[in-house]
Amino acid sequence: MIKITKLPLAILAMFMVLSSCNDAKKSDGKSGALSSNVAERVYVAPGQHDEYYAFISGGYSGNLTVYGLPSGRMFKEIPVFSQFPTSGYGYSEETKPMLNTSHGFVPWGDAHHPDISQTNGETDGRFVFINENNTPRIAKVDLTTFETTEIIEIPNSAGNHSSSFVTENTEYVVAGTRFSVPIPQRDMPIKDYKGNFKGALSFLSVEPEHGTMDLSFQILMPGFNYDLAHPGRGESHGWFFFSTYNTEEASTLLEVNASQNDKDFIAAVNWKKAEEYIKAGKFKTMPANYAHNVYDEATHTATSTMKKEVRVLNASELPGLVYLLPTPKSPHGCDVDPSGQYIVGNGKLSANLTVHSFTKMIDAIENKKFDGEAYGIPILKFEDVLAGVVEQAGLGPLHTEFDDKGNGYTTFFISSEVVKWKLGTWEVLDRQPTFYSVGHLTIPGGNSRKPTGKYMFAMNKITKDRYLPTGPELEHSAQLYDISGDKMELLLDFPTHGEPHYAAAILASKVAPNSKKIYKLEDNEHPFAAKSDSETKVVRDGNTVHIYMTTIRSHFSPDNIEGIKVGDKVYFHVTNLEQDFDVPHGFAVIGQNTSELLIMPGQTKTSVWEPKQVGVWPFYCTDFCSALHQEMQGYIRVSAAGADTPLKWSMGEDIE
Amino acid sequence: MKKAGIIMIVGSLLLLGLFKFPLWNIMLGAPQYPDPLGMNIYVDGIRGVSEFDIQNLDGLNHYIGMKKIPKPEEMWEFSVFPKVVLGMSLLGVLLGILGFMKKISPKYFLGWFVLMAVLGILGMYDFNNWLIDYGSNLDPKAIIKAYNPDGSPMAYKPPLLGHKQLLNFHVTSLPHTGGYLMFVGMTLTLIAYWVGKKSTQMQSKR
Repeated sequence: MIKITKLPLAILAMFMVLSSCNDAKKSDGKSGALSSNVAERVYVAPGQHDEYYAFISGGYSGNLTVYGLPSGRMFKEIPVFSQFPTSGYGYSEETKPMLNTSHGFVPWGDAHHPDISQTNGETDGRFVFINENNTPRIAKVDLTTFETTEIIEIPNSAGNHSSSFVTENTEYVVAGTRFSVPIPQRDMPIKDYKGNFKGALSFLSVEPEHGTMDLSFQILMPGFNYDLAHPGRGESHGWFFFSTYNTEEASTLLEVNASQNDKDFIAAVNWKKAEEYIKAGKFKTMPANYAHNVYDEATHTATSTMKKEVRVLNASELPGLVYLLPTPKSPHGCDVDPSGQYIVGNGKLSANLTVHSFTKMIDAIENKKFDGEAYGIPILKFEDVLAGVVEQAGLGPLHTEFDDKGNGYTTFFISSEVVKWKLGTWEVLDRQPTFYSVGHLTIPGGNSRKPTGKYMFAMNKITKDRYLPTGPELEHSAQLYDISGDKMELLLDFPTHGEPHYAAAILASKVAPNSKKIYKLEDNEHPFAAKSDSETKVVRDGNTVHIYMTTIRSHFSPDNIEGIKVGDKVYFHVTNLEQDFDVPHGFAVIGQNTSELLIMPGQTKTSVWEPKQVGVWPFYCTDFCSALHQEMQGYIRVSAAGADTPLKWSMGEDIE
Repeated sequence: MKKAGIIMIVGSLLLLGLFKFPLWNIMLGAPQYPDPLGMNIYVDGIRGVSEFDIQNLDGLNHYIGMKKIPKPEEMWEFSVFPKVVLGMSLLGVLLGILGFMKKISPKYFLGWFVLMAVLGILGMYDFNNWLIDYGSNLDPKAIIKAYNPDGSPMAYKPPLLGHKQLLNFHVTSLPHTGGYLMFVGMTLTLIAYWVGKKSTQMQSKR
């Protein structure tokens, strides 16, 4: 009872402190000269390039958006877990397998946390990994093409939230379950959750050269919720930390029932130990069913393979694999500083930040200073592992990133602000308001051993009144701060697409030079590619017709096709013969129920068309490609189902 | 005359650079081609500066009805030029050796230079004729037909030397490494003549 009466008072007191603080900032006011200078600091002149790429997840859009910093300009939306009309991703025959799962085709997923691949603890700009929350999956985006090239489904998992963070040499990408579920899934009363549901933490190995992912093993954990995760680095390399909530193991009205324990845990997983157990054969091979989808750049085609088993380590039975660090109070974020020494657990219902010490943790483990256990997993004593507390920093701490000067930056959802504090002394150095209700924040390289301390951007959940209204639905907003000085300074405020859940950012110089301009036509191994006009043809096989078609500025070949019949299944395999940067061609045929296409130079893509009416139907290029783009069109003649119209195709013949 | 012979040999050998380096280079830039397209003209054929430049130039040229940029086997020049260059280089080396051995007078060096200059001028003349044909002998069904202010159909001949604006393209045509090596080589043969002449005059004075 005492607690409940105290909390509103505390909140009230906080608001007063914070608002007076903000007022003070306003009154001491920045000079006009300085504020006009802010615009120059984010201005990137026409034709000039930004200094950083930011990869911002689209949350419920299922996609990943690419922005430039400091300008806040959006460069590309990369389709990952959702069908995407612009390019036909997930609609075209070649990319449909990318969205295959054990539940069948899932056209729209919920993307959350992008993370950039690392070498020696530094972001290397090769791949971005991102998780799908709803239907648990991890995707890999290749940063030479900025396309999704691999998606792996995670079995025994639900709400794939504490994902997809990478270890410092990209040895593993993790996929921790948010919801615990019966493993294996079965029909059972929900009220029997406690003790029966389990949480699976998945470790996906990444093949060093090509980045090919493989679900290496899973660790079976108690039925808590695993919210966020972070790899150790430097001295703590080899460990992975997962924040938990609902250690109460409640199954209903979690907003109350999962908020009862004063402390939940950060689970410290020793993945090097896990590797030893795997090597020693201490795993169980469980039957499973999950999709592994790989896009082949040579065939321009994805294949989906169903995998049938997974190796599982049981944390309750294997000593030394997992330890639990008590952390107040329903922690959300779980962040590790660049040195790997400090593990920050932000109790989202607390006003304090709790920081654990890796050295103290190891010491406590070595001296077996345990405070009981949960399902056989040792719980360490809070006081023994605590490095420090940032007291009364704000309300609703969520996520922390770090700069290169030993400072942490933590977002506070309830009090809508970012607070800068010092590692080691735990003093608050600065606070800046955000607009409004900030979730994650990102510092380029912030997830690595070498963050760059120039910019930080906060991603907000609520946008009202920031921009011109667009009806009830608004884009979210991101806010860019200069963090190079003692005080953070708000520079820019830009809308983001979908829900900017989290982002990863990197120096552009690590990515841009490797970006591909075209696909080489001679490397195109698509089985239905036509690599020149002379290879174009139309082939009938029963009711299936394959059209090998080419595009180049400004015509299709063939552009007159006859002999198609109602009831046929017509595959347009369109190869773009261009070998020139930024010259895609589009393809659309009237009444198609699948996909329009956007085909990059040297690429082949396929759209299926099932004509239902006789007639002569047009197709055309949908991407303005040249002065004669409008003329880039053709006709396909559809005869009645039983007609004997001969199969014929041509280009340019009538003119001669 | 020894020194003159060596200079003559070196100068003649510099011609061989044409087998490695392009003689001439034509670059075509436009607002939508921030990285300009370019072709390098070698004694034995035309190649793109970047991998797909020729294909992309042909793609653009079809709008104005230009023929495709010729493959080596489509122009007799590309089989004859290498022979001429090799022949002249060997001849120059031979003359140099003879000069070094004081078997011939330096006038032969001058003769070589004049012959090479005549052949060079003929080559330039031929090249220019090709450019004229390439730029003005257009497909009558060309998609874009542009006219000069006087009403005559616009020709798209790239400049032989220097810069010219062709529709949206800035075209720059300049000698390339092989060409410069050839010019230096030819200059050296002229110097060889001059040095040889001086040394024979000195000798006769003695």
